[in-house]
Amino acid sequence: MSGLDETLLDDTEATVRVRFVVNGRKVACEVAPRETLVDCLRNELELTGTHAGCEMGACGACLVQLDGRAVHSCLMYAVQADGARIDTIEGLTESGVIADLQAEFHRRNALQCGFCTPGMLVNAHELLSQVAEPNREEIRDALSGNYCRCTGYEAIVDAIDAVAKARCEGGGAT
Amino acid sequence: MISTARVRPGGPLINSGSVNNTCFRSQLDNGTVDDAFAHAAHVVEEEFSFGRHTAVTLEPRAIVADYDPAAGMLTVHHATQTPYQFQDLYSRHYGIPEARVRVIATDIGGSFGMKLHVYHEDMAVVGLSILLGRPVKYVADRIESFVSDIHARDHRVRARMALDAKGEILAMDVLDLTAIGAFSTYPRTSVVEGNQVIRLIGAPYRFKNYRATLEVIFQNKVQTSQYRAVGHPIACAVTERLVDMAASKVGLDPFAIRAQNVIADDAYPQTSPTGYRFEALSHQACLKRLHEMMDYDALRAEQADLRKRGVYRGIGIAAFVEITNPSPAFYGVGGARISSQDGAVVSLTPSGEVRCLISVTEQGQGTEAIISQIVADQLGLAQEHVKVVTGDTEVTPHGGATWACRGAGIGGETALQATRALKHNILEIAALILQEQPSALDIIDGEVVDAATRQQRLPIAEIARIAYFRSDTLPPGTQAQLTVSHHFAPQGYPFAFTNGIQGCSLEVDLETGFIKVLKHFIVEDCGRVINPMLVDEQLRGGIVQGLGAALFEECRYSETGQLVNGSLADYLVPMAMEMPDIVIAHVETPTADTELGAKGCGEAGTAAASACVLNAVNDALTPFGATINSIPITPAKVLKALKRF
Repeated sequence: MSGLDETLLDDTEATVRVRFVVNGRKVACEVAPRETLVDCLRNELELTGTHAGCEMGACGACLVQLDGRAVHSCLMYAVQADGARIDTIEGLTESGVIADLQAEFHRRNALQCGFCTPGMLVNAHELLSQVAEPNREEIRDALSGNYCRCTGYEAIVDAIDAVAKARCEGGGAT
Repeated sequence: MISTARVRPGGPLINSGSVNNTCFRSQLDNGTVDDAFAHAAHVVEEEFSFGRHTAVTLEPRAIVADYDPAAGMLTVHHATQTPYQFQDLYSRHYGIPEARVRVIATDIGGSFGMKLHVYHEDMAVVGLSILLGRPVKYVADRIESFVSDIHARDHRVRARMALDAKGEILAMDVLDLTAIGAFSTYPRTSVVEGNQVIRLIGAPYRFKNYRATLEVIFQNKVQTSQYRAVGHPIACAVTERLVDMAASKVGLDPFAIRAQNVIADDAYPQTSPTGYRFEALSHQACLKRLHEMMDYDALRAEQADLRKRGVYRGIGIAAFVEITNPSPAFYGVGGARISSQDGAVVSLTPSGEVRCLISVTEQGQGTEAIISQIVADQLGLAQEHVKVVTGDTEVTPHGGATWACRGAGIGGETALQATRALKHNILEIAALILQEQPSALDIIDGEVVDAATRQQRLPIAEIARIAYFRSDTLPPGTQAQLTVSHHFAPQGYPFAFTNGIQGCSLEVDLETGFIKVLKHFIVEDCGRVINPMLVDEQLRGGIVQGLGAALFEECRYSETGQLVNGSLADYLVPMAMEMPDIVIAHVETPTADTELGAKGCGEAGTAAASACVLNAVNDALTPFGATINSIPITPAKVLKALKRF
């Protein structure tokens, strides 16, 4: 060993080992106790589809599914999610559960810059799993925790409305 | 802290390079205004205030600079609208040859004008990377965005309008005071907004007597500068509110006074009293269409019925003129190295697809979709076989990029002309192979066909294969040119002005002061509509930003000069629940300055939405004799106007 004074290393950040099932895969990583789940997903796991827009749970860009329910990954520390099942936009895309929502968003131009879109899709997926055929007011109300600065929302409401109707006619979600 | 627009004589100098904290003054005066007011039957006058707000792109500003000392090469991944402008700036300010500066700006998460300007962090990050020889990254978090992204608006306007007894507008007289922070933005300056305010006021109307003074003042708040619809919402609100006040004074309906005063659709070309040259606008057609679309008479009848039951609805309309497709008259003549031209490189690939490298950039507008649509249409192949590449100064040719509603009009025309040249070259080779005249051939859906019979002759993929791999089979001396580079700079009118009119129906809650927008309407004329869905979504998005300004958005400062609402919980942006469905119609008056005929549409929504709401709220409050002259129209302002707060 070198003669390095160990106290020099005292202020390097301590890390904690956390384990999740992310998008169906078991992963473990070392995180600082103060690291938020969104930063862990983006920086440690390189799942950059989850976006940090406001860092205070207002804009909804960071929504992910935690044990099947939508949560703000900016309002949670990664250590709090230890042992949880996390599904991000990447996993939801890969599994095909939101393929109809994604196709309808694309068809109707319900996204422009796309920064809000992953959170919108997680929220829309959550809404349609709770309420089979919400009316437009209910859709607008449910989206109030998701800010979009580009579209003015109407196309997003239209897309969710169309998917809800299609799922009902098709005998439930695919 | 200079919280008011005017600085007291002897007060502290915010900007030591200025006299009395005045940044810029401008005056327009055709010399006949006093006379017109002296002989007017009616004069209406109001003092307006427009709050400061900011772009709030959902993706904050972000930059990674990577200087390679061995190669003397700077690479910057920069979330900007204008990579070429930054290539030029980094080159000149850091003394690196331009060809060794690469700025990459692909797929930016919203910009709205905010990502045009040089920010301190940009220069610091590049400088640090040069010093360290290592990549350096900066991403603004939300509070940093609120206190360093440019703000916009912050105008106080006193304006009056003179009319004759029948309601003919005779003259306008305007003073605009605007405060821009402690120094002007670089390289586009912070005075553009005020300039556009005083030049756009009154633009839809026929009158000729006009006087306006602009004073741009330094104060210690965040810089203001160009943000979506620069100056337009202020010019529109001032004009359209005065027109409504005049209508009420003369006893005319808001539609009637506008129909009487707009420049007639068959009277173009026209020059505005402020010197803007209008090629062709369609105010009359738009007014008529809006009247039908709103079912205006039924809305008025419903309003009257509901008033009897204590429900107070308001109906507002606002006509606007928008500046698009700017020529070098905008920045170039002022000495700024900001291009008004665009460039494209279009190639037929060896497998018969088309690749287009173009200088307009993508922040979500659908630039790449529009360009690929134009290329596919002009060449004659399916859009899925066109690949568009944007936003990399190492790859795409130098051009203006995306701002001031120029992407489709100027970038699109560039793509059109480049593709026509490529098609010409492809048909020349096809003609040699088929032993025909090029003029006897055309391309449809990726196949060379007989122009007359449309009979298929040869896939363009086969022409590509022969030209790239079997040039030995072509006649001696043939050199196939299956890559075309082309530039287009707008000529003719300095700007392609567009026009339109918006309508709004809303309800005011007298107890809480809350305003619910029920429905919003727009009839818009952006010339040739290339992609109806993308145009409509630009209009909707623009309107919602205008509704945000009208009702919610304001950068609020404490007495000690601290921004007090720099978070997305405290700064209110429009949410889905508060926004109405928006009904859209188009009138198409193409510009004759280009083959494409397209003008811009990205700022039209924002230009008039807040004016519309202002008129509608005042309409709702008419029974109480209450008026509002300030945006955002917060519940507190409504209750104050009603003397309930």
